[in-house]
Amino acid sequence: MATTSIALDESPRIRTLLTLADDALILGHRLSEWTGHAPTLEEELALANIALDLIGQARALYQATGIDEDALAYLRDPHQFRNALAVELPNGDFAFTIVRLFLVSAASDAFWRGAVGADDPDIAAIAGKAEKETAYHVRHAADWLVRLGDGTAESHRRAQSALDALWPYTGELTASADRPAWLHAVGPVLQRATLTPPADGWMQSGGRQGRHTEHLGHLLAEMQVLPRTYPGATW
Amino acid sequence: MYTQALNTRETTTESSPDADRFQARIDAEERIEPNDWMPDAYRRSLVRQISQHAHSEVIGMLPEGNWITRAPSLRRKAALLAKVQDEGGHGLYLYSAAETLGVTREELQDQLLTGRARYSSIFNYPTLTWADIGTIGWLVDGAAIMNQIPLCRCSYGPYARAMIRVCREESFHQRQGFEIVLTLCRGTPEQKAMAQDALNRWWWPCLTMFGPPDTDSQHSDTSMQWKIKRFTNDALRQKFVDATVPQGHFLGLTFPDPDLHLDEATGHWQFGAIDWAEFRAVLAGNGPCNRERLEARRKAHDEGAWVRDAALAYAAKQRNAA
Ligand SMILES: [Fe+2]
Ligand SMILES: [Fe+2]
Repeated sequence: MATTSIALDESPRIRTLLTLADDALILGHRLSEWTGHAPTLEEELALANIALDLIGQARALYQATGIDEDALAYLRDPHQFRNALAVELPNGDFAFTIVRLFLVSAASDAFWRGAVGADDPDIAAIAGKAEKETAYHVRHAADWLVRLGDGTAESHRRAQSALDALWPYTGELTASADRPAWLHAVGPVLQRATLTPPADGWMQSGGRQGRHTEHLGHLLAEMQVLPRTYPGATW
Repeated sequence: MYTQALNTRETTTESSPDADRFQARIDAEERIEPNDWMPDAYRRSLVRQISQHAHSEVIGMLPEGNWITRAPSLRRKAALLAKVQDEGGHGLYLYSAAETLGVTREELQDQLLTGRARYSSIFNYPTLTWADIGTIGWLVDGAAIMNQIPLCRCSYGPYARAMIRVCREESFHQRQGFEIVLTLCRGTPEQKAMAQDALNRWWWPCLTMFGPPDTDSQHSDTSMQWKIKRFTNDALRQKFVDATVPQGHFLGLTFPDPDLHLDEATGHWQFGAIDWAEFRAVLAGNGPCNRERLEARRKAHDEGAWVRDAALAYAAKQRNAA
């Protein structure tokens, strides 16, 4: 069917799946933007690997809705996306990319570990794989975070400023009941990195309700250009 | 991707018991390993060829990387990202193979970033539509395979072994690219037109990937004598054309060469005259994207400097603490 947008009737289950999938897709998309431009060739490959894991998770989650995965990724408008604001922010410098990957992956890691025994068999199955992948993402980001935080004066300054800029976006990453556990997970790594976690203050939110930053529209305009320009075409 | 016959002449004037023994080993199809004696010219020639090949893999990530964020389905996005990642991996093995000859990756990268090293001319052409991604896989990876399969038997062990792994992945890329073009050719009229336009733009540059014609190729003799190279540029080019033309016809596409025809007597597809002036212009730095490609690598390198410094500083602190 030739269409350039879809309307969704979101059941709570579909909403949960989209929230998880959109986080993975948008973060994967941001990481894929580093391809060809990373600080070392090894890191180029590592970031591409993580992006591939995330895009794979997004696909499995979209498929679990029973709706076409490409319709969900390519034919929804920004307000229909449920991802956290943190993942749509532009990559910034390498410190910003790493701090974000660390903070977001720490939340996903706890989520997927808990989801292994979920009642929903699709989510439980996806969690089995995602749990291992995400544990690696946390490790990779944490290793860099420590090197950057405890490397040179410049890398420390960049890492701290990324942490300060991202902190107000972390409120959306977990349910509020799970925030203490998340703080408990990120704290020791930040300490090893000699970074100071900002005090919790005003938190940005809205992503889960479809109220996004200015950046998501640009990201989607780029990502969705072909399916929306050539409605109904198969690629 | 990819190695191109761009080397300058090496002359084998060396004659000594070592040199004779070396040539005897080559003639007996023995593999030369890093710690074996080898003529300086053989070493220089290999460093140049392997590093050009490595640079080509890394620069080659850019034109295809240009479409990762716009790939038209999630399956295509994942496949393209994985392909570009493979090319980066090829760059890594090849830099490692070059390092066995006594150069460092830093020196080689410095030669690339300062414009002293060459890389395959093909990556100085732009990727303008999604069809270019399919066409690159089909033709550019296809040409790479033609060139690199014989390199799996190259006399230098580390290069030959790297090529075995690389060729496996390139042939997967080639099939995947062909499948993208096939999907476009079976799609809407706009999609088919996109595929035809991509073939029109990429066909001739792909034919130059095999390097200058044998009549003015400067290096073939010694490379052949050392069994670094086993077929001439023109022989490989013809093999590629013969393999590719029927595939294009199967797709329902037309090659942008009015002289292309099957020579019944030889069974080979005869093609028209290649524009070698354009090839030389692209090699000299005047292709459509030469500046952007090097600029992108330099920018990545410069903006990554503080990151690499941080990693070194952290490692030094850990060593001191231990
Ligand atoms: Fe390659
Ligand atoms: Fe390839």
